[in-house]
Amino acid sequence: MLIRHAPDIKSSEITGFRLYLNRRSFLMGAAALALAPSRPAAAAPPTGQSLKATRHEAFAVPDPPTKFESVTTYNNFYEFGVNKDDPARLAHLLKPRPWTVQVDGHVARPKTYDIDELIRLFPLEERVYRLRCVEGWSMVIPWIGFPLASLIKRVEPTGKAGFVEFTTLLDPEQFPGQRKGLFGFSLDWPYVEGLRLDEALHPLTLLTVGMYGQVLPNQDGAPVRAVVPWKYGFKSAKSIVRIRVVSEQPKTAWEKAAPHEYGFYSNVNPTVDHPRWSQATERRIGEFRRRKTLMFNGYADQVASLYAGMDLRKYF
Amino acid sequence: MSQRTRFALKTAVWEACLLPLALLVYRFQTDALGANPIEYVTRTLGDWTLRILLASLSMTPLRLLFGISWPMSLRRLLGLFAFFYVCLHFSVWIVVDHFFDWEQLIADVFKRPYITVGVLALTLLVPLAATSTTRMVKWLGGATWRRLHKLVYVAAVLGVLHYVWLAKKGVVDPFIYAGVLGVLLGIRLWDWARRLATRRWHHAETESVIRRLLADGG
Ligand code: HEM
Repeated sequence: MLIRHAPDIKSSEITGFRLYLNRRSFLMGAAALALAPSRPAAAAPPTGQSLKATRHEAFAVPDPPTKFESVTTYNNFYEFGVNKDDPARLAHLLKPRPWTVQVDGHVARPKTYDIDELIRLFPLEERVYRLRCVEGWSMVIPWIGFPLASLIKRVEPTGKAGFVEFTTLLDPEQFPGQRKGLFGFSLDWPYVEGLRLDEALHPLTLLTVGMYGQVLPNQDGAPVRAVVPWKYGFKSAKSIVRIRVVSEQPKTAWEKAAPHEYGFYSNVNPTVDHPRWSQATERRIGEFRRRKTLMFNGYADQVASLYAGMDLRKYF
Repeated sequence: MSQRTRFALKTAVWEACLLPLALLVYRFQTDALGANPIEYVTRTLGDWTLRILLASLSMTPLRLLFGISWPMSLRRLLGLFAFFYVCLHFSVWIVVDHFFDWEQLIADVFKRPYITVGVLALTLLVPLAATSTTRMVKWLGGATWRRLHKLVYVAAVLGVLHYVWLAKKGVVDPFIYAGVLGVLLGIRLWDWARRLATRRWHHAETESVIRRLLADGG
């Protein structure tokens, strides 16, 4: 597999953010404490805690990272609600500890991992990835995590393994978007996503537990999420409680909701439009002019071979 | 209603209709438009277009239901403000969102049903805005003018359809607007049916009187 070395990114840019963040998360933490005196101290989420990771330059795009504030206030996370500001507003309802992730299915060594055990299992890396939302906007985010492949290999997939299925926590108490509303509901909960086994094992696919040098904020999918940078954002399941190795292609939440709009593959592709809008361009959050969307979100060199010979119009 | 009350009322409507725009300008100046300012501005302008358009369509139902007729004098002002907001909404799309990328813009008008109906709604509002002056009403004649301005119902239906089609699954607002529009149009339909029935009844009554008179004479 060819991983192209990205031109060096000025590390000062990120360091600057760190400082900004630490100050900010301290303030946010203080505000949260002041606003929620009834919450027992022991149950306070570790949001804002710094997280050490080794920077992986081969996996760092040259584009400057998006403002942390944008990445934590402009989110699609339907479990909290359909509006972009719902996740930040309601994030405090999610309790990322205690948390377990069940890894099972067609594997020789199924296991339910405690989240803190999972985080210590493999060395954490920092990778700066582009994120392209199916709605036509994009960000650049320094994630912290480890290759999903490390975990999958550890549980030893059997010969029947063909796909990997992710399930997000189902709990309407913590996720108000999962409560049945007056007008029915938005998705068939729990949120299910999936990848082909080779996609899941690809070195770019990251199991993510942090960003911007700190523990993953709740609104960004705490405590653990997938990041698949060459696919539209919704393919990267958040707040994962189960990773199941299966033989059949999983039926994903968005596919069930609107099969002609959101395909199983959902690779970023400027030449295949969403039925309601063009995917040729995107707005990078923080920029004024639209920019051209790149094939596979700019990761074509690394992933195009996975889809050799496939009609990407049919398998959108 | 006195001249003064009327003036105060109109001033209030002006202020209420300019407030959302003022708020946008304020948020722009204080850098408070959120992570995606262009989307925020487009959506806010679209929301207010629809709200003011529906407000302009609420004046007649108020008269029909409660017999208060002073809101009728606000119809034109509200209609023109709706037009003003949709022009801004449209301009932001062209200038700020796509920066005069005509190829993309024109393709979108034909390829994206939600854009198609939006542009159609805007187009229908142009002749209505152009004929909103008292001079134009006189020039066209009341009957023609009234018939022409029935187009606002079509524009409102297309405006709601625009929102229904652009909204992603799970967003309920467009259906609330659709419900409101349904009620506003339903009240008119009910009134129309009622008047039709009364007219029929009068017609039948007159006919029977004439028949009786004729019989008496014979
Ligand atoms: C009477 C005519 C129109 C009405 C009532 C209207 C109303 C709306 C409303 C209510 C929204 C959604 C706001 C939200 O999500 O909160 C919207 C969004 C939008 N409208 Fe319009 N609109 C009209 C005409 C147009 C026209 C002529 C265009 C451009 C050709 C246009 C382009 C858009 C776009 C691009 C969006 C944003 C879609 C998105 O962010 O996903 N609209 N409009």
